[in-house]
Amino acid sequence: MDFFTPTVLKAMGTATVETLEMVVISGVITIVIGLVLGILLHVTGKGGLTPIRWMNVVLSGIIINITRSIPFAILMVSLIPFSALVVGTSIGPIAASVSLTIGTIPFFARLVETALRDVSSGKVDAALVMGSTKMQTIRKVLVPEAMPGIIAAVTTTVVTLIGYSAMAGLVGGGGLGRMAYTYGYTRYNMPIMITTIIVIVIMVQLVQIVGDLIARKVDHR
Amino acid sequence: MITVSDLRKVYQQGSKDVVALDGVSLEVPTGKIHGIVGHSGAGKSTLVRCLTLLDQPTSGTVAVNGQELTNVSSNELRNARRRIGMVFQHANLFDSRTTEQNVAYPLELVGTPKDQVAAKVAELLELVGLTQFAKAYPSQLSGGQRQRVGIARALTTDPDVLLCDEPTSALDPKTTDEILELVKELRDRLNITVLIITHEMHVVKQACDSVSLLERGKIVETGSIEQVITNATGNLASTLLPLPGDAPRAEGSGPVLDLLYTGQQATEPVISSVARQFNTDVNVLAGSVEQLGEQQYAHLRLQLNADADLDAIVNHLTSNGIAVTVKGAK
Repeated sequence: MDFFTPTVLKAMGTATVETLEMVVISGVITIVIGLVLGILLHVTGKGGLTPIRWMNVVLSGIIINITRSIPFAILMVSLIPFSALVVGTSIGPIAASVSLTIGTIPFFARLVETALRDVSSGKVDAALVMGSTKMQTIRKVLVPEAMPGIIAAVTTTVVTLIGYSAMAGLVGGGGLGRMAYTYGYTRYNMPIMITTIIVIVIMVQLVQIVGDLIARKVDHR
Repeated sequence: MITVSDLRKVYQQGSKDVVALDGVSLEVPTGKIHGIVGHSGAGKSTLVRCLTLLDQPTSGTVAVNGQELTNVSSNELRNARRRIGMVFQHANLFDSRTTEQNVAYPLELVGTPKDQVAAKVAELLELVGLTQFAKAYPSQLSGGQRQRVGIARALTTDPDVLLCDEPTSALDPKTTDEILELVKELRDRLNITVLIITHEMHVVKQACDSVSLLERGKIVETGSIEQVITNATGNLASTLLPLPGDAPRAEGSGPVLDLLYTGQQATEPVISSVARQFNTDVNVLAGSVEQLGEQQYAHLRLQLNADADLDAIVNHLTSNGIAVTVKGAK
């Protein structure tokens, strides 16, 4: 166990906190913006509440499909100048959160759109017939009825973010990705490498368990 | 009362115009249950969507108690819609809400105070007999119970008209009858106008005061149950009161008559009176006699002797208020 010197243990703690920081910051922003984007995608689409063709084409075709076709590693590197512009620095977990957020919003928005599409059109008709405004239909019917799917989408997105955050660590983001790279790859320190893997696996498992628990709680179907 | 006048709906399908509704006019008086029957593709669904203004009709108007729902602003439309309560084939309840939250939904939209909502919901659940299921989610209810919740929810806004779109088509026969009984009971208690769109003749027989037949976007036959059943030339008579099985083809050479009649005639010995008066034999090939509501209805297929005085017999029957069609004469 002499690999785990106090220095290493301290670095491990910092790395874990940095990873959590990246995941929480980008997770919260992704969920807020992605939810709005997903709703817009659904309601402006064909057969949606307010079909607006040009808007749907711009959102779906141009923004989401193009962003999603760029591999995350490349997107991240290309966004470094942008991150510097937004948060004033290009290194550290906060800077990494910028590219993480931009990379995951389209992914989450698509998942939200799919969850909303699963709400039967009959329920939307019922809401409208009872005199709901479009906004009320979205807030009181579409989103609550799609909630089990949306929760599952959040879980998947957070798990994806944990993975992406490790990649972000390599280009200045810090966190467990950086830890695994410096100790595990450049110094070939196997025990530390394995420890970072264990920490990440535990994180993912916790997210999945909590996500499934909440999904089951809100699912009355 | 609901009044529909000259409702037309034309869809664009590619470069082609598809006429889904071709001038539908209809009036259902307050407190009556009216059925609209038709095969799939006859335009029933389009009619429902136009009546609730989920689809804007191409032309024509829909009015409830003389107040037009068509041609109003989207704000007024939302209020107008609240005057028609709608019951769906699959209830379309919100799965994320309990029974009471589903029923409360229309009141929630307009910000009704909580205590008023609670009182109204309790009253409606009592009305449909679901008080003990107030806290249950739709997935915990049976199909019939879900439809009861759907009916309660449709009545939340105290609408003047209850529009039921295939309300029993997803239910088993026993539950169907229970739901229809409930609809009739509600009509009696609330004096509400009910419009039932269905493809099931059983529903018409069980619940409706009057009926219209929709075919290719047009109403081709309409009237009270008594009128349509005794209308020998119409399509509804033989579908509402069909002869059992494949009515046997006549073997002899005598003329075959189809008789449709109702009320007093149904209880009178029509056949023996014909046999006696015209000194001929009457052979009953098939028949069905049914009690619908207060009235008794009969549909008989008779064969007379080849030498019987057909015209005189037909005249005799017609003058007794019986609708007669001569099937295979000679």
